[in-house]
Amino acid sequence: MNSFLEELEKHDIKALAGSASAFSTANVKAALSSSHVGLREFLCLLSPAASDMLETLAQRARSITLSRFGRVIQLYSPLYLSNYCLNNCLYCGFRKDNPMERKILPPDAIVKEARFLFDQGFRSILLVAGDDPETCGLEYLREAISSIHEFLPSVSLEIGPQSQENYIELRKAGAEGVVIYQETYNRELYKRLHPEGKKRDYAWRLETPERVALAGFHRVGIGALLGLGNPMEEAVALFLHTSFMLKRHWKTRLTISFPRMRQASGSIKPLNPVDDRAFARIICAFRIAFPDVGIVLSTREEPRLRDGAVRLGVTHLSAGSRTEPGGYLDPDQRKEQFHVEDGRSPAEVVEMLVSNGYDPVWKDWEAVLV
Amino acid sequence: MNNNDPLIIAGKEFKSRLMMGTGKFPSHETMAAALEASGCEIVTVALRRVDLTAPGKDILDFIDRKKYHLLPNTSGARTAEEAVRLARLARAAGLSEWIKLEVIPDPRFLLPDPVGTLEAAKILVDEGFVVLPYINADPVLALKLADIGTVTVMPLAAPIGTNRGLITKGNLEIIIEQARVPVVVDAGLGAPSHAAEAMEMGAAATLVNTAIAVAEDPVEMARAFKLGVEAGRKGRLSGLGSVRFEAEASSPLTGFLR
Repeated sequence: MNSFLEELEKHDIKALAGSASAFSTANVKAALSSSHVGLREFLCLLSPAASDMLETLAQRARSITLSRFGRVIQLYSPLYLSNYCLNNCLYCGFRKDNPMERKILPPDAIVKEARFLFDQGFRSILLVAGDDPETCGLEYLREAISSIHEFLPSVSLEIGPQSQENYIELRKAGAEGVVIYQETYNRELYKRLHPEGKKRDYAWRLETPERVALAGFHRVGIGALLGLGNPMEEAVALFLHTSFMLKRHWKTRLTISFPRMRQASGSIKPLNPVDDRAFARIICAFRIAFPDVGIVLSTREEPRLRDGAVRLGVTHLSAGSRTEPGGYLDPDQRKEQFHVEDGRSPAEVVEMLVSNGYDPVWKDWEAVLV
Repeated sequence: MNNNDPLIIAGKEFKSRLMMGTGKFPSHETMAAALEASGCEIVTVALRRVDLTAPGKDILDFIDRKKYHLLPNTSGARTAEEAVRLARLARAAGLSEWIKLEVIPDPRFLLPDPVGTLEAAKILVDEGFVVLPYINADPVLALKLADIGTVTVMPLAAPIGTNRGLITKGNLEIIIEQARVPVVVDAGLGAPSHAAEAMEMGAAATLVNTAIAVAEDPVEMARAFKLGVEAGRKGRLSGLGSVRFEAEASSPLTGFLR
């Protein structure tokens, strides 16, 4: 079975992204009325010709989202375990050379943080940790998962890439999903942005979603960190990655995300900033191309944008997030990965959803399924 | 509806032939109002949405168990084993012994696995569950499930949530023709006319969720589906005329024959 790396190498991403400039408004309209949105149609939706048709794209995206997902938004919360990291990703607050205070939660603190989130209503938790197998290895992660899975049905992971064998162990401990973003699909840029650590290995990271699926996880989240590479090229590569995963690993539920980079303390500025209209267009194009795929939006984005994006095609929202280990019970901004833009409490996000005619769903998973 | 025409499933009588799902609604309150307007008596709920740890905050609080027969479903299960685990959980929690069996390995098109469904149905029937399996419109599978003791079969009209109507019509006709248990047409019915057509074809009941939940006015749409189901059933019972493609000659050529 060929991997996505082999698949990706068959394509000239830069040329594909560049070809979009040749499309006309008529091409965009044809793409919108097509019964199947393939790569060509997707390129049309992201072409300069489509930039004046954002409202039309938005209406289509909304209609597709309503028919597939209804008026339902899934809520989840990140729980940061550790900010120790052996990598030196130039855009990340946790990078090794950033002189921040490091902390890893002991087992009892993990349970306390999780209980706090449980009491707020959350039943879906994303455990997040920097990539440091010395401090935050398999045993630590297994214990963390099993200690909270007792009362939280859905536990997923955003941690450094693991082997398939490790993923099997983590699944058996009770995790049902893994989130792993490629950051940038541009191999040259990837190399420059990741000067040190295991994360330098582009292929190992790129093939992680496949190992996750083969390990039997129910759900995998993929995405690109917008602000690093050329956004059009990142969108094209993510389109190919999404198509590949849907075809090859058809039993694994897929979510996608396009977090926009926020400058963290001690990290570089965005290289290719993506403005709000371009961001909205990316959400719409992915929804139209992939009607069944969940789209995740975190508290990196400000309330105005999140409230609007829910109506376009987002299906999963975090709320009330802290991005430092122990941040719910012992907040300390100096240990943050990045500063959240939407500081509303979960109750306030719920209120927003309800007033917009959405049903906030806390629980959409059952522990016995893992 | 004709009171002498009950729907009987596992020996239990129901007046309504419309079952409803509970997903995708904008709020629990809207869902409850739509259930009321639909006149339905059987309501299916995804077990993965039910929070047995937080009484008072849950979808179940909006479903009057005295009024509605709760039909927990195993959506989220990819394998027979997972579906069986969910069913056991429902029973252990005192929710119900009735189970809408869904074994769906493909999260994209949400099509049921015939092999896994049959495996799980065997186990659950043996364990005393009342099993209502969701299946593709596969006549042989429908027969096999009835053979092992499921109390209905629930073939899909079209993939869940697509609103495409009776795209499996040819196979549904065979399933209905061969049926020894009630055939409940489930999934893909996008309009009251689709439900009416399924009932005219001889379906015992229909199950509707998305078309009602995502309508501009879910409560009125629930009422419309109620009328569609009732109209289709009455049409079926009243003896529909057959469709003719040619006019019948008023002076038949064979009139001279004795």
